[in-house]
Amino acid sequence: MYMIRTLFTIFLFFILPFKVFALIEVDITRGNLNPLPIAVSPLSIDENSKQNFEKILKKNNIGSEISLVVEQNLKASGLFNPLNKDAFLQAPEIANLKPRFEDWSLIKAQALITGKVNYVDEKLRVEFRLWDVLAGKEMMALAFTTVPNNWRRVGHIITDKVYERLTGEKGYFDTRIIYVSEEGPKTRRIKKLAIMDQDGANNKFLTLGNELVLTPRFNPTNQMVTYLSYFRNLPRVYLLDIETGMQEVVGDFPGMTFAPRFSPDGKKIIMSFAKDGNSDIYTMDLENRIVEKITNHPSIDTSPSYSPDGKYICFNSDRSGYQQIYIMKSDGSNVKRISFGNGLYGTPVWSPRGDLIAFTKLHKGKFYIGVMRTDGSGERLLTENFYQEAPSWSPNGRVLIFYRETKTNDKGEGFSAKLWSIDLTGYNERLVDTPTDASDPSWSSLLSN
Amino acid sequence: MNRSLLISSVLHVIFIMITAMSLPFLAKKPIDLPPIISVELIQITDKTNIPFAPKAKKTIEKIKEKEKKLVSDQAPPKKVKKIKPDSVPMPDDKVKKVEKIKDDKQNPEKIDNEVKQVSEFEKDELFDPNNIAALIDKSKIETAETINKTDKVTQDQQKNLENLGLSLSEEDALKAQIFGCWSIPLGLPYNENLLVRIKLQLNPDGTVSQSEILDHARMNKPGQGFYKVLAESALRAVKLCQPLRVPTTGYERWKELQLNFDAREMLEG
Repeated sequence: MYMIRTLFTIFLFFILPFKVFALIEVDITRGNLNPLPIAVSPLSIDENSKQNFEKILKKNNIGSEISLVVEQNLKASGLFNPLNKDAFLQAPEIANLKPRFEDWSLIKAQALITGKVNYVDEKLRVEFRLWDVLAGKEMMALAFTTVPNNWRRVGHIITDKVYERLTGEKGYFDTRIIYVSEEGPKTRRIKKLAIMDQDGANNKFLTLGNELVLTPRFNPTNQMVTYLSYFRNLPRVYLLDIETGMQEVVGDFPGMTFAPRFSPDGKKIIMSFAKDGNSDIYTMDLENRIVEKITNHPSIDTSPSYSPDGKYICFNSDRSGYQQIYIMKSDGSNVKRISFGNGLYGTPVWSPRGDLIAFTKLHKGKFYIGVMRTDGSGERLLTENFYQEAPSWSPNGRVLIFYRETKTNDKGEGFSAKLWSIDLTGYNERLVDTPTDASDPSWSSLLSN
Repeated sequence: MNRSLLISSVLHVIFIMITAMSLPFLAKKPIDLPPIISVELIQITDKTNIPFAPKAKKTIEKIKEKEKKLVSDQAPPKKVKKIKPDSVPMPDDKVKKVEKIKDDKQNPEKIDNEVKQVSEFEKDELFDPNNIAALIDKSKIETAETINKTDKVTQDQQKNLENLGLSLSEEDALKAQIFGCWSIPLGLPYNENLLVRIKLQLNPDGTVSQSEILDHARMNKPGQGFYKVLAESALRAVKLCQPLRVPTTGYERWKELQLNFDAREMLEG
């Protein structure tokens, strides 16, 4: 009897506590997608540095200029809402030493960027700090030293770091975009290769416009570009080193050649060209220039794009009777159709993140830019217009850049082609400013990793 | 020899059973358990201000009168509640009930005091991040006081309250509030298991006296950058939402709360 009582007591001792302290759990599965309010305090600068930079860069206050670049980048991403500087209560030079978080939370800032600029040994030294206003703690502190002319890049790099710290994914601001610049009437367009920063600044032309250039594509590992140009009416694939300006011919290809693109390791080029009236996909090894046929089908196979791990290739083909998207292994085996929606699908591009494929879709006379998962599920159309195509991914796989043409009137006037960007939400669509008309954009990888 | 062996075996079996039955993960409710609608409906009528049916109103008034008497006269109640055969015997049940009611009456003053303390705590934290250690100590003391003050609830009431949890409407109000405060970091991958569990210790006015990330070790592990970003965003949401929309009564039920932040649904689109 005594034993039973003892055992019963022990039993209660074990069972009861867990019941008494049962914790209420609430699942939070939704949140808001509003841009995060962030305060970008102008970078403080001492009088001596200010005068030096004014002489070199002809900028009144380089600290404010850099913070403006950061602010514009963050705003363009659609994920941040930089607050109006007029509302700031704390002066930049004091905020840089120690922010008064109460002042910043008063204006509803959740994050704060402060910093300072110095002129050190004829170089630009920028320190910046990212603060969590609500937690009252520093999240990140970095310093960069570079030549003064690189001041815009410093702004982009700061934005990349802030973006990565607050969203969890790498940024895409310290990048460039190569595109085809177009001028003149629609029937006699002059097409030149051009390059600019992702925000449209520092635009430069790389070719003179004597030859027709098409489909420039960045190497994902460095700043090399491959593009197609017509020389004596024959398509040639070129390689161009952006840094040195050196250019070389990869090869002359008979018949129509389309859209050369690098493999993820940058060692191969994949493209399609028509041989004996049949268009198939080929790769070329850039070291030994050996060309290998990947598809062998009587249908038209074009627009190949590698997956980021290099194991798969997506492309479009009309082998089902209509132009649809297919994937296959990189050796050409296991071909599988993944798009099954109404309309025609083209220009598939594998996301650098590996999870999505962007495409152009033509349905009932309208062009759409959309994304789908790599198995074809979850198709989402991000934007619709009269004519638009050629999406290219930002290096973090969050934003797409593409070009859009406007309709001409009855007299053939009013035609224009411009670059646009849209993020994966489909809400943040922006015109990318270019000095001329533009088409066929390609986004580079991050310049600084 | 055999007898000892038998007793030892029986004891071992019993201990294994006891341990198995009392393991926390067995006692823990499954996350996706759908709420039992009938139970929730009863709770809603208890908590909301919908006019009572005449019959129910009379019954409630009677109960209130009984309670009033208990407070004003300090007299022993007429009858001791019958103890159910399967429940745990509780000594001095009557006295505890009286104390509980007193506490309820005095609650508003206590809340005022705590609000002042909490606001000072928040200000200090915002103004002087170097003083965090001292502030944590202060919050610990506050938490301990709160527990002492509310320990006078009877075991019977405690048992009922604990079984109740939050009603559907209470939970919805809290969720809706946090939904508005939580800016989801859109760069997170939707196909990774990123669940951030935050345990909160709340003051009676809904302000947070302490918050703790349950998988804190994961924050600083290499390759867990996404988790860290999500956890920080969840903590920001909690801070931004203060005071939380908690029920006005039943502090014992929700003084400790666990919020499970899961962004997958939103990120998948």
